[in-house]
Amino acid sequence: MGRPLDLIKGMLGAAPKKPEKVSEKVQKIMFLKYEDKDRYIKEKLHARAHHETSHKWRNRRWAVLIATNLLFVFSFWLDIQILEGALTASRFVGFHLIDLNSALHVMLAHKHIIVNLFIGTFTVFLLWVLLGGRSFCSWVCPYHLLAEWTEKLHLWLVERKIVTDHEFHRGTRTVFWLLFALLSVVTGYTIFETLSPTGILSRALIYGPGLALGWVFLLLLFEIFWSRRAWCRYVCPIGLTYGAVGVISPLQITYHVEHCFHEGDCRKVCLVPHVLDVTIKGRAAEETLGLGPDCTRCGYCVDICPTGALRYEVKGLSKLL
Amino acid sequence: MSGEDSRSAARKPAMSIEKAQKARRKFLQSLGLTVGIVGASLLGYIPVSSARASLLRPPGALDEADLLASCIKCGQCVQVCPVQAIKLGDITDGFGLGVPYIAARDQACDFSCDAVQCILACPTGALTYEKPDFLGVRNGAPLAHAPILKAKANDPEPSLNLKERFGLARLARPESCLAVQGKGFKGQARGPGFKGEMRYVDVDRWAPIPVRDHPYEREICDLCVTECPIADAISLQATGDGRFIPMVHEQCVGCGVCEMICPVETAAIVVDAQAVWKGGA
Repeated sequence: MGRPLDLIKGMLGAAPKKPEKVSEKVQKIMFLKYEDKDRYIKEKLHARAHHETSHKWRNRRWAVLIATNLLFVFSFWLDIQILEGALTASRFVGFHLIDLNSALHVMLAHKHIIVNLFIGTFTVFLLWVLLGGRSFCSWVCPYHLLAEWTEKLHLWLVERKIVTDHEFHRGTRTVFWLLFALLSVVTGYTIFETLSPTGILSRALIYGPGLALGWVFLLLLFEIFWSRRAWCRYVCPIGLTYGAVGVISPLQITYHVEHCFHEGDCRKVCLVPHVLDVTIKGRAAEETLGLGPDCTRCGYCVDICPTGALRYEVKGLSKLL
Repeated sequence: MSGEDSRSAARKPAMSIEKAQKARRKFLQSLGLTVGIVGASLLGYIPVSSARASLLRPPGALDEADLLASCIKCGQCVQVCPVQAIKLGDITDGFGLGVPYIAARDQACDFSCDAVQCILACPTGALTYEKPDFLGVRNGAPLAHAPILKAKANDPEPSLNLKERFGLARLARPESCLAVQGKGFKGQARGPGFKGEMRYVDVDRWAPIPVRDHPYEREICDLCVTECPIADAISLQATGDGRFIPMVHEQCVGCGVCEMICPVETAAIVVDAQAVWKGGA
């Protein structure tokens, strides 16, 4: 039970720990890897030389994200009625789909659950158990895409030493999750929805822009000039809600220590680099490890890894194939 | 302070102080972020608490506080409305962001869907045919009987499934009312630039058309009476000297068609959102 529990703690904000015991198999792998330094360096350079920068997963993900949001838009604009509603709640060819975090806040604020709300929530729960929980963030959420683009600007400014990234404590997001839940119960208003850039952007796309986009703009400015990906990393309770779903999801990105040169390219591109702590030399206790529930399955690490040590895998299924 | 600092510096290596300071700074910044974001979110209470008049909500909407709590801000009600009467609140509405409302003067709900589709579309029961028992019913909100939709008068089931009114019409400016002045009306009710739509059964029962495409000619202006989609909700009462007063009756559901169609600027008759029937006339 050790690692799954540590991964959940890590999602809630705990710092990653060094493993107490490394399996013999991994010890052997590490010994063989570093047995001959020259060979190791040669292999590393060889892998680097042959690695073509790929944007395979990024492109697929952007296509899915844009297509999903456009399906919402066209269902209304062109009246094709396939996916009606917005990201907070919708109907897919008539079937209720209700965002878990929005549903939670409505239930907490209203203290009453009607059947449709329950059905829609359960359908979405099952969907994201199958698809990986936080994959909602990177594969569907429109704010994620905007934040990815502005992140590039942030990193460009950091590189030129014009701004620095101010890190907050990752546990802040857990505090926000609890605070917003408490506020919904106490005030009877779904207060988080007033701030949620996910809902604001989704509605702006479908029903037309409004002043609320100003708030989204402010958040992006904050991320560009003060703190990298601050909303997704330290605030958004939607991410934590879907993260909790991802705990039991079979769809994961897995790490294979045997192929890794421990250079850390993956951690530099990651939204949640603490999930890639295992890629630091000496941190992996097992041969193959899932990255855990806080990973958004965005695939940046898969794209950038020169050796294929990080892969998409479906637990159980990959072994069968 | 400085003495203490140097003493602890002597005991511990310099790195750990730096680390501790860094951790402290990170904690304080995280606290600042928390206070800042939660503070910003609570600003949403200002428009909600200081609103002078409540917005007209769609048919079947729960009472204001319950509506704001139960609405999931998805806009499915917006999507089914044939005349696009339903709009969503902006951030200037605070906690009402994303919550549906009707700006009746621009586009009223004329029930051209025949079946209050917005209620059917609502996934959370924020718009509902049947209020759950634990929610109270305000005096004067329930309708004496199911309202008869004039357009469905000849159907086997002529009534709307609507138990409570969502507003109530009121002759707010009798002095500007054409009927009260004994005047008639000729032309486009709201002028050539008006974008609002309405369903006219004698034109097409299922396709609403722009109000500007349906000019009127009346000896005495009675648009609020003839265009009212609900039976027995409003009538003209003669005062005997060639003048008439629009009288709102118990069956008024608050849809706002009278406010939209009223040809004078500003409208003589308006709908008060969430107002209740107080008996008498």
